[in-house]
Amino acid sequence: MSKPLKQIHLAAHFPGVNNTTVWSDPKAGSHIEFSSFAHFARTAERAKFDFLFLAEGLRLREQGGKIYDLDVVGWPDTFTVLSALAAVTERLGLTGTINSTFNEPYEVARQFASLDHLSDGRAAWNVVTSWDAFTGENFRRGGFLPQNERYSRAKEFLATATELFDSWHGDEIVADQASGIFLKDAAAGAFVHQGQHFDIAGQFNVPRSPQGRPVIFQAGDSDEGREFAAAGADAIFSRHSTLDTGRDFYADVKGRLARYGRSHDQLLILPAATFVLGDTDAEAQELAHEIRRQQVSGQTAINFLEQVWNRDLSGYDPDGPLPGIDPDPGEHTIARGRASVRMHRDPVAVAREWRERAAAEGLSIRELVIETTGRQSFVGSPATVAETIDSFVQGDAADGFILVPHITPTGLDAFADTVVPLLQERGVFREDYTGTTLRDHLGLAHPDAGEEPVTRRAAS
Amino acid sequence: MSAFPSSLSPSSPSPLHLAVALDGAGWHPAAWREPEARPRDLLTAGYWADVVTEAERGLLDFVTFEDALALQSSQVTEPDGRTDQVRGRLDAVLIAARVAPLTRHIGLVPTVVATHTEPFHISKAIATLDYVSTGRAGLRVQVSGRNHEAAHFGRRTFPAVNIKGVERPSDPVVRELIAELFGEAADYVEVVRRLWDSWEDDAEIRDVATGRFVDRDKLHYIDFEGRNFSVKGPSITPRPPQGQPIVSALAHGPLPYELVGRSTDIGYVTPHDADQARDIVTEIRTAQAEAGRADEPLHVFGDLVVFLDDDPAAAAARKARLDDLAGYVYTSDAEIFTGTPAQLADRLVEWRQAGLSGFRLRPGVIGQDLQAITRGLVPELQRRDAFRHTYEADTLRGLLGLDHPANRYATATATATATA
Repeated sequence: MSKPLKQIHLAAHFPGVNNTTVWSDPKAGSHIEFSSFAHFARTAERAKFDFLFLAEGLRLREQGGKIYDLDVVGWPDTFTVLSALAAVTERLGLTGTINSTFNEPYEVARQFASLDHLSDGRAAWNVVTSWDAFTGENFRRGGFLPQNERYSRAKEFLATATELFDSWHGDEIVADQASGIFLKDAAAGAFVHQGQHFDIAGQFNVPRSPQGRPVIFQAGDSDEGREFAAAGADAIFSRHSTLDTGRDFYADVKGRLARYGRSHDQLLILPAATFVLGDTDAEAQELAHEIRRQQVSGQTAINFLEQVWNRDLSGYDPDGPLPGIDPDPGEHTIARGRASVRMHRDPVAVAREWRERAAAEGLSIRELVIETTGRQSFVGSPATVAETIDSFVQGDAADGFILVPHITPTGLDAFADTVVPLLQERGVFREDYTGTTLRDHLGLAHPDAGEEPVTRRAAS
Repeated sequence: MSAFPSSLSPSSPSPLHLAVALDGAGWHPAAWREPEARPRDLLTAGYWADVVTEAERGLLDFVTFEDALALQSSQVTEPDGRTDQVRGRLDAVLIAARVAPLTRHIGLVPTVVATHTEPFHISKAIATLDYVSTGRAGLRVQVSGRNHEAAHFGRRTFPAVNIKGVERPSDPVVRELIAELFGEAADYVEVVRRLWDSWEDDAEIRDVATGRFVDRDKLHYIDFEGRNFSVKGPSITPRPPQGQPIVSALAHGPLPYELVGRSTDIGYVTPHDADQARDIVTEIRTAQAEAGRADEPLHVFGDLVVFLDDDPAAAAARKARLDDLAGYVYTSDAEIFTGTPAQLADRLVEWRQAGLSGFRLRPGVIGQDLQAITRGLVPELQRRDAFRHTYEADTLRGLLGLDHPANRYATATATATATA
């Protein structure tokens, strides 16, 4: 007997502040006006997507000591936009990326619990960590956290927030007008947490929300990040969108679940994925190449090389060969506020590899950057893209995808209109929502406030 | 031309501004027991949408949303452990954002606690509220010296103080605490305001020819350094539609009056008669002048708790009945008014003569007194030409008679260019 078909989960990532987003296209609209977010969310809901996803940054990026001006710059506050979107959608999940370093658990827990109430159970939290003093310059405590403590703080932050979510069980509010009893338990919301990072006690002031706790996402890719996800997250926002790397990541992370007493379906793996659609595969390929050239201008290519070389390369011609000099191995100073900079652990080796490839294939700086970065995950006709996505999910490279369109706010429209119906025909994507909460859409159980949270087991 | 709009001149018969302060089922601790109250809906979007829509139907300038980083308590400085009153609430900024797309004209002013939160986060949250409401956002800044609230954050402690006489304290410990909290609040507002200006209105250029999305010369570091925090900037969120959303504060004494005079667009004050109102307005105008803002518009609103009925005796009887249900006589920092909408209109018009430009009414029971305001008081004031007949502006600043403000950094750039 063949394995039953897995149901695909789909989410929509509002285009971000990086060069994936093409702002120079005449179709590109505002990245700030609420009407853009409303259009994007309504499209995702029309297509029966699981949720909308918002990224976050807490300091404008800089390169060479100046604010980086080639990509989209500026974005709104995550909680405020998600709460407003709850008013213009009815079923779509609302996932916000919120940092555990420059926030406090009491405040973040009440914001997510409030969002969950105000959206009738559609809130999710993508827990991210950062530690750099650069971002810290915007906050009370500055860059207080050593890099090696960021996951221990994140873990304790999440465990503490979970204790706050669970401090109300859901049956405390009686509100009996006749007897005058509003609350059946005077100690509702009571909590005490003493740990390395947080020493807090008192009463949480948001009663239990429809989902109990927001759905928890994790986005880090390091060994520590994977372990953190396996221990406590409901879903992972991963970067592994190719078939082979996706399968490896999927097997690795799902393999860690048993250690925490969790089953395979308790942690969803949802890679970020870009796409280009055309009437035919050939047309889509051509369009994809054109978009890549829009995404990587000559200046963007030079800036990208500077992030690896850690040097001023403004004298180089983007249409000429790669720099002969090696990257500066010192402390990274050229680009700040950018997670991708930290990915190149051995810049000298990367530079050598790229020089060799450029020489062998006769590529200019710009062509090399176009070839080595951010090629679209799914390119083709709607039929090809639907089939590819389905095969990735059935082949255990993912449980679904968080789609990142390159145009705001209409970049999802064609996918909703052409690919989604084909996935529905294949019987692998919902025709309509069957539940009301995000947990319902993702097939996750509603947590019981009495049960010991996984995060606390992981922290011990 | 004076920068001071004629509507703010005390002797002018110009229309009043009206706001309603929203808190749970209403300000009386037994409000939730009235048949019109919806005590099981207080954590739902539907409740807040209905309430704010009703306020908008009454053409009110704005609503404020109460908030705190602790459970409600009948005791000012500590939890009370009571189970017979509304306990539990949602974040005020999120409630305001949730109702923004459902309304079109009314201002939305959530409470934010300066003591334990990040000015960077709040600045972008209120800027974003301004975007989602297309220019109707404000904030009410509040401080907290309560130890049980501080324990929720675990980063600071405060001396235990006796709240009695806190308005004009003689105890140096209390004086020092209040000075610290309000000094921090002033710094907080300064940071929030600088961040709102840290992008010039036309910073986003989308210049395809040069490949630049923004003109980075129009983005500004704010470089604020203060006792409690330092903030570099710029904001991650572009300048909001109003430029500067409304900043307001409730004030009961000299230091808070200084904050109002120095940092806000609206001060809420709690006089109990017209003479007190006059004295407070004088004190705030003095603080305003000392802060070098004498020419800037600054509203002073009187706060009143209201119980309204067409029969004045019935209004008083209702308040007494609620007191019985609560088990004690409800008192407030603000004057408690019981009577008819017409009597309240008389009172507001009289107090306006003392220099107040508007009022923030706290409904004793939202389910009863909000409608009495929107459908009783408002028509009464309209008959006297003391309130608008239609919304005359699209933004909260517009409703309050405030211009689109110049950007402090744009001026600096223009000056620098001119002298270069």
